[in-house]
Amino acid sequence: MTTVSSRTRRMHPLPIRIMHWTNALSMIIMIGSGWKIYNDEVIFGFLHFPQDIVLGIWAQHALQWHFFGMWILAFNGLFYLAYGIATGRFARLFFPIRPREVVAEMVAALTFRLKHADLTHYNAVQKVLYVGVIAIIIVQVVSGLAIWKPVQFSFLVSLFGGFQGARLAHFLGMAAIVGFMVVHVALALLVPRTILAMLTGGPAVPAEDPHPEGAPAPTTPH
Amino acid sequence: MAFRNPFAARRPSVTTPDKSLLVENRKLVETIDRRKVLRGTFSLGALSLLAGCDISDRGAVQSVLKTVSDFNDGVQAALFNPNKLAPTFSPDLVVKPPRFNAYYEIDEVKPVDVSTWKLELSGLIKDKRPWTLDQIYALPEQEEIIRHICVEGWDYIGQWSGPNLKDFLTRIGADLSAKYIAFYGNDDYMESIDMASALHPQTILATKYAGEPITDPFGAPMRLRTAVKLGFKNPKWIRAIEVTNTYPLGFWEKQGFNWFAGL
Repeated sequence: MTTVSSRTRRMHPLPIRIMHWTNALSMIIMIGSGWKIYNDEVIFGFLHFPQDIVLGIWAQHALQWHFFGMWILAFNGLFYLAYGIATGRFARLFFPIRPREVVAEMVAALTFRLKHADLTHYNAVQKVLYVGVIAIIIVQVVSGLAIWKPVQFSFLVSLFGGFQGARLAHFLGMAAIVGFMVVHVALALLVPRTILAMLTGGPAVPAEDPHPEGAPAPTTPH
Repeated sequence: MAFRNPFAARRPSVTTPDKSLLVENRKLVETIDRRKVLRGTFSLGALSLLAGCDISDRGAVQSVLKTVSDFNDGVQAALFNPNKLAPTFSPDLVVKPPRFNAYYEIDEVKPVDVSTWKLELSGLIKDKRPWTLDQIYALPEQEEIIRHICVEGWDYIGQWSGPNLKDFLTRIGADLSAKYIAFYGNDDYMESIDMASALHPQTILATKYAGEPITDPFGAPMRLRTAVKLGFKNPKWIRAIEVTNTYPLGFWEKQGFNWFAGL
């Protein structure tokens, strides 16, 4: 373990770790109960979620779980966004995203040649995935609001081309998040240090220099 | 569908004993049936606990979820804007006939004799004289083509007309500062809504669908149609209305569904 002096901090500060796992819990609640709610009026005739993998024995339970998880997701998400912007964490870890790097690293990842030795630095594929899933969760909250309050927020419903359009968007958002989770968990299992880092904080990084591997540090926040 | 499962046991069984005995003890029989339903739900819960660790039905978990659900009633009441109108649609989008939905199947609908039908009034109302259907028909009608949204996720556009509820409540001298208004259906269905939603301009006592009197399976002769509540908050086959300050709950709320259920 690297000693943490006053001039270093953890890769994942404690608030990030708490928010990450809180988010994981709220996502499991929202997805599991959402599947049960979906089962009562399916969008795709061929798709019913088996009772063993849903949250809630019948609609009443699932709805209660969904509107319970909603608060965890919303407040945790707001804290996360505020924290990420205020501390410069988003700017430091997620940006800039360069399309050329994304393509090159995507190819490397698919051919199992992508290196992830330095946990304190996200590669372009990671940046795209993380920024992408954050954006999808935001859209998911918006489509959820449209379904929940289609009269009070009728402008949101029209954004999705009607009530069933909002339902479909909410379903596709779920599918995208589930897809992200599969990739995210699979990759985390392949590089077990990342799971440990999200539990214990990970490697120490200099407190001042936001680019520990020597990349040119920006003079102004971007 | 799981939504309707808990009521499967309420349907009359094929091997019923002496009918008069059943009528005499109807209340008791229903209570026992309800308990059976509850026990059925719990053992179903126990089974799924073994299979998939479903904690939904555990007492402590249910009480937390119920508390949050009650809190959500308050949040929804705060979000409710009494002046915000629901979108309306053009007549060519109207689905005919309306979609049937109830806690039982369409062949179990109890017919209503509209010739002897009367609307009973009770609670915080000055003039509690019952209304005949002709008297209701004589009132000014309001027509609206609005979206019906079910808690299950389906929706359809319907064309409803009948007296505006706020106008009707004013006419009978109802206490408009009371908290709740409860509706009792001929099918033993009961629902209640908050007064603010009852007074919403798009809340009507619908007696007609697509310009014709509502027919039997769809809630004859009168049903509530409010554009600001989920479908199950719109009771059909209305026979009585009560204005009250005592929280009256409702059919699905007694099964744990959220009471406000606003749109």
